[in-house]
Amino acid sequence: MTLLRVEGLTKSFKGLRAVDDVGFEVAEGAILGIIGPNGAGKTTTFNLVAGALAPDAGTVQLDGTDITGRPPHRVLAAGMARTFQLMRPFYSMSVLENVTIAVLAGGGSRRTARTAAAEVIERVGLARWRDAPSEGLPTAALKRLELARALASRPRVLLLDEVLAGLVPAERVPVMDLLDELRSQEGVTLVFVEHIMAAVMRLSDSVLVLDLGRVLTHGSPEEVTRDPRVIEAYLGEEPDADR
Amino acid sequence: MTTTAPADAAATRPPLPWGRVAWVLGVIVVAIVLAYVQSGSGIVVSQAVVTGILVGGVYGLVAMGLTLIFGVLDIVNFAHGAFLALALFATYWLVASTGMHPYVALGICTVVMFVLGALVQRGILAGAMGRPLENQLLITLGLAMIIENALLLLFGADPRSVALPGDRGVPILGAVADLSRILAFAGAIVLAGLLFLLLQRTRLGTAIRAVAADQAGAELVGIDTRRIYMLTFAIGTACAGAAGALVAPLVTIEPTTGAQFNIIAFVVVVLGGMGNVVGALLSGLVIGLAEQVGGLLLPGQSPLLSVFIVFVLVLFLRPQGLFGRSG
Amino acid sequence: MTAATTTAEPAPPAALPRQPWNRHLAVVAVLAVLLVPLPLVLPGAQEAVVVRVMIFAILSIGWNVMSGFGGMFSFGHAAYFGLGAYTTAWLLVERDVSPWIGMAAGMVVAAAFAVVIGFLALRYELRGAYFALATFAFAEMLRLWATNSDFVHRAEGYHVPLLPENSWWYLQFEPGSPHYFWIALALTVAALVVSILFLRSRAGQFALAARDDEEAAASVGIPVMRYKLMTMALAGAISSVAGAFYVQYYLFVDPDLAFGSSQSIQAILPAVIGGVATIWGPVIGAAVLGPLSDVTATVLRNPPPFLDFLQGRGGLDVILYGLLLIVIILLLPKGIYGALRDRWSRR
Repeated sequence: MTLLRVEGLTKSFKGLRAVDDVGFEVAEGAILGIIGPNGAGKTTTFNLVAGALAPDAGTVQLDGTDITGRPPHRVLAAGMARTFQLMRPFYSMSVLENVTIAVLAGGGSRRTARTAAAEVIERVGLARWRDAPSEGLPTAALKRLELARALASRPRVLLLDEVLAGLVPAERVPVMDLLDELRSQEGVTLVFVEHIMAAVMRLSDSVLVLDLGRVLTHGSPEEVTRDPRVIEAYLGEEPDADR
Repeated sequence: MTTTAPADAAATRPPLPWGRVAWVLGVIVVAIVLAYVQSGSGIVVSQAVVTGILVGGVYGLVAMGLTLIFGVLDIVNFAHGAFLALALFATYWLVASTGMHPYVALGICTVVMFVLGALVQRGILAGAMGRPLENQLLITLGLAMIIENALLLLFGADPRSVALPGDRGVPILGAVADLSRILAFAGAIVLAGLLFLLLQRTRLGTAIRAVAADQAGAELVGIDTRRIYMLTFAIGTACAGAAGALVAPLVTIEPTTGAQFNIIAFVVVVLGGMGNVVGALLSGLVIGLAEQVGGLLLPGQSPLLSVFIVFVLVLFLRPQGLFGRSG
Repeated sequence: MTAATTTAEPAPPAALPRQPWNRHLAVVAVLAVLLVPLPLVLPGAQEAVVVRVMIFAILSIGWNVMSGFGGMFSFGHAAYFGLGAYTTAWLLVERDVSPWIGMAAGMVVAAAFAVVIGFLALRYELRGAYFALATFAFAEMLRLWATNSDFVHRAEGYHVPLLPENSWWYLQFEPGSPHYFWIALALTVAALVVSILFLRSRAGQFALAARDDEEAAASVGIPVMRYKLMTMALAGAISSVAGAFYVQYYLFVDPDLAFGSSQSIQAILPAVIGGVATIWGPVIGAAVLGPLSDVTATVLRNPPPFLDFLQGRGGLDVILYGLLLIVIILLLPKGIYGALRDRWSRR
């Protein structure tokens, strides 16, 4: 069953088409990876879907409900949460308070919110940082905090913006394991923008390739990597150590 | 997405958006015609227009210093008006105690205020560079409180005045303007021209514009940004000093006179686009006219009220200023 | 295999102490009880100083809610102070309405004004310097309007009519009456308690999150605009109480006193000097600043010989405020309370 359906998304900045007629579908419980060379429009697409930007044209439907252009808090209420690539904790609060706020925003009493937040923190493996101030956490912990905060609302769809970027390879594996578990054990649908190919290959059921703001191709990880157009799009890109 | 004006990039960019200038001129012409209809007197209106333009030039000069500081150092300088007040009292004191011509005092004030600006930046503000905006704002606020009240303590609250030798009414366009007012306007325009040349044609000016546009980039090409910050603040303060000496014959000199100019200067700065020196001069004229002509349109209200109405509208609708590039 | 290396993570930093809201409330209660008998031991002139300190404190508590905890830097808090003062004075003088009702009405008017300004400022995404300048402009517009409007007696302002005897209903007592102190104390305590309750409430926590990171707050489901407006409305209402009480205590108000920029500065100074975004900052700052002007006034009335030429002159107090402000910002950017708290918690 299709949970997230995106059609004809278009967004221009000062006359430049950053995203042009992008569409895709994600089935419930599936994992979609979005890749593309730098400047392909990944982040803009992500922000359009998450409601951080309003599209010029196109629609975003979540479980049959049109949520296009809704402000972020209403997108969340509809069941879709996001993380930020550059981690953005509530810096004056502890890890637990960060997540508690996110639980509270969805309603419920304050006492149960703390318990629920503590559970989520445990779930993402942040227990030892629970009462630490979020300002000054190491990158790996901040990435998990982003995840925990997004999971706090028990979303059906989770949008992840480069959740592995900035982690050393040894730190990536446990996060990938966690994402895999979220899908298999809790049925969370994942859409993630990612630069790190190994992760995309391992996690994705299907991969959407963007180039110059348009959909270049959409298919299984194997199909996509064999596609000569994809290889061409990435040619000339700096080969970086991450890939 | 961004709503804060590109203050840095806008600093002192020479070419103007002529279409928008024409638009603003159109609005002013309409306001003048309405004022004529309302008052029914050609002399009253032309007096308002002449006074508005002459006063506006001085507003522009005060605002240029303020906007330069904002564009380069990113400081909302609440002490600017206090520096102006300091220059007013310095002029008064020089003229009263030595019998010096006020325009000789102008030279002294400008130099002294330049040095004072440099000292204040290096001594006090440099310690808070890179801290949140509010910190800088509060420091300049503290400076303003100190300067204004030191003047109050030393000179008392009695209003003072400075007479320009040979001052008299001069007829222009059916109106009458004091010679001192005309000379202040001319002085403001000359100083504005000099400042513009300094920014556009000299090495120092190029360095200042580079720092305004991209501080990190300027450092990369070997510009000593700390020195530029100091000099820019000094130049901005010198503008206040020159303006103070120029307007000394026109105003009653009290410790709070500068603060009143500062309020208007803020309006002018936002209207011109924060950091845009040429915009500040043009907006000074617009505000001078708004004050005088608006006073005719809203009889019984303070002329300042129309200034603030223009201000708030611009803040909300065009925060990058009338003459800034659209966001 | 590589996973083993990750276990050598750095130890987590010391736990962030939870905001001790309940302890704050307890301290407020204890202080209030301790201060009640103060007017019985304090000479009249000093009581006047303490009352002024409390008016400062209330005004600044409101500023701190909006600008410290809410992160929206107000440079025009005189607007709320003045609306409180003028609503009370107008209702009393023109309509013979009790100042207590006037105070409540002033809170409503100030809160409504805050919501309008806030909505416009947030709708047009004014931030930083632009937000500060906009709040400043609104306060100035109110001042100019009041100065030129027959509706509120123009520049003359209002004198509160004097009554022959004490009256709780009209909030007027003989000069130097301890009642003024007790009422000011009650209002200060109320302002503190209300702001503490707000900050530890769900709405207050959301407001803090929105201050820390607006986009992140929206992304976890917080309607940021709603909570920012709520914060501004509460802040405006608290500060308006200071204005309402001011009128009843000094029996006089005019446009410059009510809406002038020096009143906006009075709102900022105590919080900054005591500690921005701390519960006790505004109170401590007000307690430091309030007596300063009396000390300097005393000095200037009978100056030491070397300062003879300053006799009868004003302004020294504000010079000291300015110096203190600069010194605090450069040396103790977290304010007096913030610096003390850091020192305690490091031990």
